[in-house]
Amino acid sequence: MTDFLVDRIDSILFSSWQHFSLVVQCLLLAAVAAVVLATLVYRSPTLSALVNGISAIGLTIPAFALIGLLIAPLGFGVGPAVIVVAFFAALPILRNAVVGLTGIDQSLVEAARGIGMGRVRTLVRIELPLAWPVILTGIRVSAQMVMGIAAITAYALGPGLGGLIFSGLSRLGGANSFESVATGVVCVILLALVLDLLLVGLGRLTTPRGIRV
Amino acid sequence: MSETTLPSPAAAAAPPITGASILLDTVTKRYPGQGKPAVNGLTLEIPAGKIVMFVGPSGCGKTTTLKMINRLIEPTEGRIVLDGDDVTRIDGDALRRRIGYVIQAGGLFPHMSVAANIAIVPKMLGWSKERIAARVDELLELVSLDPDRYRDRFPRELSGGQQQRVGVARALAADPPVLLMDEPFGAVDPITRQRLQDELLNIQSELQKTIVCVTHDFDEAVKLGDWIAIFNEGAQLVQYDTPERILAEPANEFVENFIGSGAGLKQLTLTRVDEVEVADAVVARPGDLATDVLSRMDAVGHNHSVIVDARNRPLQWLSRRQLGRLERVGAARDPRLPVVGNRATLNDALDTMLVSSVGAALVTGPRDTFRGVIDVDTVMDAIGRAHRHARTAHAQGRPVGVNTGTLEAVQASGAPGVPAAGLAGPERTGE
Repeated sequence: MTDFLVDRIDSILFSSWQHFSLVVQCLLLAAVAAVVLATLVYRSPTLSALVNGISAIGLTIPAFALIGLLIAPLGFGVGPAVIVVAFFAALPILRNAVVGLTGIDQSLVEAARGIGMGRVRTLVRIELPLAWPVILTGIRVSAQMVMGIAAITAYALGPGLGGLIFSGLSRLGGANSFESVATGVVCVILLALVLDLLLVGLGRLTTPRGIRV
Repeated sequence: MSETTLPSPAAAAAPPITGASILLDTVTKRYPGQGKPAVNGLTLEIPAGKIVMFVGPSGCGKTTTLKMINRLIEPTEGRIVLDGDDVTRIDGDALRRRIGYVIQAGGLFPHMSVAANIAIVPKMLGWSKERIAARVDELLELVSLDPDRYRDRFPRELSGGQQQRVGVARALAADPPVLLMDEPFGAVDPITRQRLQDELLNIQSELQKTIVCVTHDFDEAVKLGDWIAIFNEGAQLVQYDTPERILAEPANEFVENFIGSGAGLKQLTLTRVDEVEVADAVVARPGDLATDVLSRMDAVGHNHSVIVDARNRPLQWLSRRQLGRLERVGAARDPRLPVVGNRATLNDALDTMLVSSVGAALVTGPRDTFRGVIDVDTVMDAIGRAHRHARTAHAQGRPVGVNTGTLEAVQASGAPGVPAAGLAGPERTGE
């Protein structure tokens, strides 16, 4: 095991970095897309319910199947990996963003409108900051979830630690096969912990003192 | 708007009206899918610099009417005229920045500090940082909150009453001529509510804004309002008059029921102690010979003597019998002395009298100095006078308030009918 690690430390670190980078970038993309979509639908109860439904159904799609399906139109590599990871990342964020935005005390929105804040200003200055802790919780859930999903994208030859896991599984029983899988899994778990800690820190920094619990 | 040329003592005593008049001109609000309009052809004039209270049962459309003034709710028909300008078509957000808005519990944004909450409107209006900071401190002082202590706090670190004060400060931030309040004191305890009401009156006497306030509490309306508009279902204006006249001459049974019992007692809250004449008293100081004081009392035929300290603050209130037992007047302070302030209502004064054993109370003026004695007879006189005055008073400067086709319902007996025509003319801007 030690030999395996020492021999391949460079490539393991590189894969870890790529894995982390893929997840973080997809998370960013997903967060932006989800929040924008949420702000478009949260005023309508029908659309909100629809979006929540889609998000619930979306999460039941097997990641492995989705990536397999995407190989045909998009080919192998980073493309399908990004799409799959971002898609799954967006779902919990979307749900939380809608819940967060609809859960705001309507008297506050009315107060904002009543003192002359426009719709956009009310959204940016009042509603999004108040919904932010809920949205961030969604981002944390997403981060944990897509760390694992990102490993699956190795099936489409995407970047990251999935390669170690898949190559080890494909020749299970062979030399270093177990070490390869174990290394991949442990690294994914470690990365997930690191990212979660970073997100907790981000929450501390970005949650206004007045609404910190 | 009054035109003050030079700062004179008179001007200092009565600050200029900074409020603007408001006119709702045959305003109607219909919601889609509802047969009856929420507000039906309401014409209402709100004079500049006055407090107008909207009261009525819940769901009567009083809040809808209020929100149409700043167009949070857009009227389906009709015009809104602010200070002579038709504001029905201008940008709603720009309009609302010119109108203060206070909601129940203050509606403070929990993620912003007190200072940031107050600074919102000035910021939107592009004020400089220094000007905003100075204004925030000024406003916190105005609502009796120490700026150094409260400026950087967050709303959840404040009590309900303090939040409401900050809400008022935020509404006044850009010095708007009009302040709209939607059940502002509904969410605080009775003692705090009373204090906030008193403070609002103080602020108003200083600023002379036009304040429109929705409440379901008739007593609050009587206490705060220069004018009270009583609404029934569909924002039908049942009576629009001064508190005195509504109490003395309710337009119909609906108003009577709404006033509830004790209209006479409510009259008492309308008059303040400094508006009635107080009786003189025999005043003595600690150290005076009791016999001297007694002989002075004989001379004017009084049965009590008020002992005051060096700064003229009342210490004791002694009867003949109590004085007869003394050689010299003592300097002790009687903690149970029935004292009422100058600005207390007759209601408070009566209450103090009833619990004191003498059926009268001492009146104190600024810095608690002794002014005179008020007794039950004075209060009875004042009630009688207020009643006669309210009945006979000519409704001078009485603002217009009608619903289309319901003229007869609004006109209280004795008041001259105001023709609905001629409303489009320039509004009165005060009295």
